This record gives sequence, C-alpha cells and structure tokens, in this order.
Amino acid sequence: MHRSSEVKHLASDFNTRACECFGQPPVQPFESHCPVLTDRTVRVQLKVLKVKDGSVFFIRVKPDRTGVVTDGVKHSMNPFCEIAVEEAVKLKEKKLVKEVVAVSCGPQQVQETIRTALAMGADRGIHVEVSGKDYETLGPLQVSKIFAALAKKEQADLIILGKQAIDDDCNQTGQMTAALLDWPQGTFASEVTLEADKLKVVREIDGGLETIKINLPAVVTADLRLNTPRYATLPNIMKAKKKKITNVKPADLGVDVSSRLEVLKVDEPPQRQSGVKVETVHDLVEKLKEAGRI
Amino acid sequence: TEEEIMIRDSFCTYCQEKLMPRILMANRNEHFHREILNEMGELGVLGPTIQGYGCAGTSYVAYGLIAREVERVDSGYRSVMSVQSSLVMHPINAYGTEAQKQKYLPKLARGEILGCFGLTEPNHGSDPGGMETKAKYNPSSRTYTISGAKTWITNSPYADICVVWAKCEDGRVRGFVLERGMEGLSTPKIEGKFSLRASATGMILMDEVEVPEENLLPHVSGLAGPFGCLNNARYGIAWGALGAAEFCFHAARQYTLDRIQFGVPLARNQLIQKKMADMLTEITIGLQHTPEMISMLKRNSCGKALDIARQARDMLGGNGIADEYHIIRHVMNLEAVNTYEGTHDIHALILGRAITGLQSFTVGK
Repeated sequence: MHRSSEVKHLASDFNTRACECFGQPPVQPFESHCPVLTDRTVRVQLKVLKVKDGSVFFIRVKPDRTGVVTDGVKHSMNPFCEIAVEEAVKLKEKKLVKEVVAVSCGPQQVQETIRTALAMGADRGIHVEVSGKDYETLGPLQVSKIFAALAKKEQADLIILGKQAIDDDCNQTGQMTAALLDWPQGTFASEVTLEADKLKVVREIDGGLETIKINLPAVVTADLRLNTPRYATLPNIMKAKKKKITNVKPADLGVDVSSRLEVLKVDEPPQRQSGVKVETVHDLVEKLKEAGRI
Repeated sequence: TEEEIMIRDSFCTYCQEKLMPRILMANRNEHFHREILNEMGELGVLGPTIQGYGCAGTSYVAYGLIAREVERVDSGYRSVMSVQSSLVMHPINAYGTEAQKQKYLPKLARGEILGCFGLTEPNHGSDPGGMETKAKYNPSSRTYTISGAKTWITNSPYADICVVWAKCEDGRVRGFVLERGMEGLSTPKIEGKFSLRASATGMILMDEVEVPEENLLPHVSGLAGPFGCLNNARYGIAWGALGAAEFCFHAARQYTLDRIQFGVPLARNQLIQKKMADMLTEITIGLQHTPEMISMLKRNSCGKALDIARQARDMLGGNGIADEYHIIRHVMNLEAVNTYEGTHDIHALILGRAITGLQSFTVGK
C-alpha cells in the first residue's frame, strides 16, 4: 500500500517537471560558453553499477527460487554505466566540468568497478557500503535515495547514470533520483551538450529523436549511442591506484535501505515447445481457431 | 595484485574485441596489420616494464598477463608485441645512451615506429656466438661499416629501425641501431611461411651499411647483450604459450560439448575427458612457475602448449583442420614458438648443465 502511493506521488511530480522543450536551439555566440563554464564548479556524479557480466551464459535460478545464483558469477560494470563514465570523462577533458566522482552501492567487490571508472578518468570514488541481505533487496528506490543524499552532500551539479541495469532492466533510478532532488532530467540521452548554464539533451524515444533543453543541476541517463567507452590504458590503470575511494554507509546519509518489495518467486523462462507445421493457409486458420486464438 | 588483474581484464577486452575479429583473414592471407602497434601503443602496453619515456612502468607479472591475453588470440600478434617491447625497446633502454632513449623510446612506445631484432643468421641459430655479421670501425668518418645477413627476423619487412648484433674487430659482439633508408640495408620478406602468418618475418641484409657511431649501444658488449633481451622476452613467451593452450582447451571443450555423435555429446566419452583433464592440469601447473626458473618455464610451457594444441585439434576431428575453428592456427604457430628463443632441446641442455654441472652442448670437453 505504501509503495503504490509513493509511485503515484512520483508520477504526478514528473508531470510538473521543469523542462523546456525547444523546437530549435537558441542562437548563442560560441565565445560566451567558455568563460561562463570555467567559473562554475561543476561536479559530475556517476552511478556505477556492478552487474552480472553480459557474456556469462550459465545463470541458474537458486534452489529456493528467490533469485539467481550470484556466487562465483563474474560481475562487471553495467554497460550503460560505462557509457555514462565515458561521457563524464569527456566533459572533463573538454574542461566543461571540474571533477568527476564515481559512486557505487554494494559490497566490497564493487570497489573493483569503481577502480575501473577511476582508470577511465574519474577523479575519485565513493563506495556506499551495502552488503548481505540489504544488497540482495537493494532496488532503484533505495539507490536513488542514496544518490539524492550524496548529490546534496557533494553539491554536485550533474548526475549521469546508465539508463538501466542489464540484470533487472528497471530503468527507474535516474528518474527517481531526479524526482527526489526536484531536478530536471534528460533520459535515454544519445547526445549531451553543455550550453552556458543549460544542458541540451537529444533523447532517443520511440518516435525518433527529441531534443530538450534543461536547467542545471540535472540528471542524465545514458543510452547506447551516446558514445563508445574507451579502454582503460595501462598508465591510467596504474594512476587509478592512487586515486581516493571514500567509504560511506547509507545510515550516514540518513537513508533507509529496507525494501518495500517482496520477491515471491523467480522462475526460468519456460522451455521452448516445438511448433507444428501446416500444409496450407486453410489449415493454419483452422489450427488457430482450434487453439481459441481467433 | 588488483592492479595486475585490472590490466589483464582491460587488455583481454581489447584483444577479444579488436584482435580476434581480424585474425582469421590475417592468418589465411598472411596479412600483417601494422595498425595494431598503434592501437597497443595507445593502450600503453608496449614496453610496459620500462620506467619513463611514455611507458607504463609496471611489473613483469603484468607483462606476462598481457602476453597471455594476446597469445590467446594469436602467437603471431604476441611475437610482434614481444619484439617491440623486449627485443627493441629493452636493449635501447638498458644499453643505450640517453640521447638514443629520447629519440626512439617514446615513438616505439606509441607504436609510431616499428622495430626488429637481428641476431639469428642463416648459418647460426642456436650458436649466435658464431655469427658472421661484421662491424668495422672507420675512424675518419666516425662510422661503422656493417656487412652480413640476418634471417627469421620478426617485423623486419616493415620495421623502421633494426637493432642488429654484429661482431666487432675485437671479436666482441655489440648492438647497433640501423634505420630504414640507410644505404645497403634491405629487408626482404620470407615467403612460404606456415607459422605465425599474421606477423611479417624477413631477413636483414646489410651490404657495407655505414652506421654513425652514435647508433652503437655502448653499455654492453658480448653475448650478454642479446641474451639479456631474450631473457626479458622469454617470460612473456612462457606465459603467452599458456594463453594459446588455454584457448585451445576452451575451444575443444566447447566443441565436444556441442558435437553429438552416436546420440551423445563427444564430451560424454572417457578418453575425451581424460584429455581435457590432462590439458587443464598442465596449464594450471605451467602458470605456477616463478621467473627464476625461466629456462624450465619456457621449455615446459611451449612444449606442453604444443601438445595441448595438437590434442585439441584431434578432438575436433575433421573440423579441426579448418582455420575457422582456429585450433590448427595455434598448432602451426606453436611450432615456431617452441623453436625460437631457445629451442626445446637447447633449453634441455641448459637445464642438464645446471643439474649435472657438465655441459653437453658440444662434443669436446
């Protein structure tokens, strides 16, 4: 009951989101961009998510059917989060942002993922320690609360996340974070441009591409075609060793990570049944009628 | 260490995404992808153990892991990388002047220029001390005149510089950096090569090449020079060969799980399982060695890898001889890897001498 009312509240918030949609980009002289931006201290906060590696094929459902087996399964950075890290590092290389902070929530192992982000060019990392039972039930709502709290604490101006995690495909964290902070959001971004103190975001939507202009501070979620993530070079991997990762607990941020959801059961997809071949179209129609499909 | 694991994983992704797609055709058509040097240079994996000059300055373990990931794709690619890092960058770094290091190392590290290592000759392979290439000093022009021929030189047809070892008038072997364009220097390609086809191999022919004395590597003389380089490379090769063996093992495992004969997967059979158990055992043991046992390590890893590759080829039956399944390419390549950097037999004699105290390289006392 508590959960559904929360969802309704968020939904109405989305409708009153302060986004401006422009039919065409406003005309602005190029020269005014740089001086404005270097005065501003813009921090980018990334979400870095550790998911089961996409190339691992033998995922098994746990015997008690409460989830899948994760022990011994290779985990790596969520591909959409890799794209988010790349975009942030690119912005820093263009000198449009001052500092890139990579954040990940989870047990000790997520430090590896944060180090990968550091090797790609992030300046420092924050590891929000969540382990054991709490980690198994950690979902977008809890993560977005953590991010909102961190964003305020770190005074970040831009949060970039992957649009969704490839293990649960929720596609909620970015949107919820924006709502909790009351910030504008540019989701499914395939292009992000900083124009003075606004962000122009090209979004991939079902009908094509939508260009919006949003105020900073804002939340952006990265889609597939935003960029191609770089390989971490050897020298950068070695520099990453010296970069700092601070540890924080959700309680320190005043966040309650208990879940409002209960997983009832997890099943494998049904085995594919063999089909039936028919000789004529007439037979096909008969079979469909028999099966009650038409 | 955590860092070495990150290096390995990052480079593994590069190898699988960027090198694997190219290798089938590169091997079939004997095409050398010069670009991979630039790509590897960007990733910072060339000359990884060197400090400074644009190099990463990492550990030998990391170098071994890098070699293993490349060789998992192809031994030819790994040979190219080993030559650049251990046989060209290392001698310049260890034996060269500061001026030489500044001139060559950063460009070599970025893959902008390609180098090769000239020690082996048509008549002198296992006994480099008998080399016939001569360097004569000319006091009037302050140059050395070098004449001779080197063969089986990885990279030479495309190399921008050659680190050549020649016997000076005092009978000592010394290293010289020759540059493409010097008169009398040519690097013909060796045709009809059925191993390491993805890397270009050729000769270095020197007909009275005038080399300025600034191009001499001054800080070493005698065979310790080239041997130092080869020792540097040997570690990478030992780990690399196991990478090739691992690929063959995984490929054979997958094939025998997929292929059904007489109603069951091949992997259901005892003989197949024993072969795979032996393969895995040898690979695992091979990865345990420490750098001090380098001779044993190289000989064991390369010999075992070749056996594993042959066994794996056998397990794929007829499909095993098709290059689409990749294993036959590793079988071909490992023949060369077993031979270079000290043949299987030579290392046996090195170990034999260490064990007994008696040399048996030559017939005399």
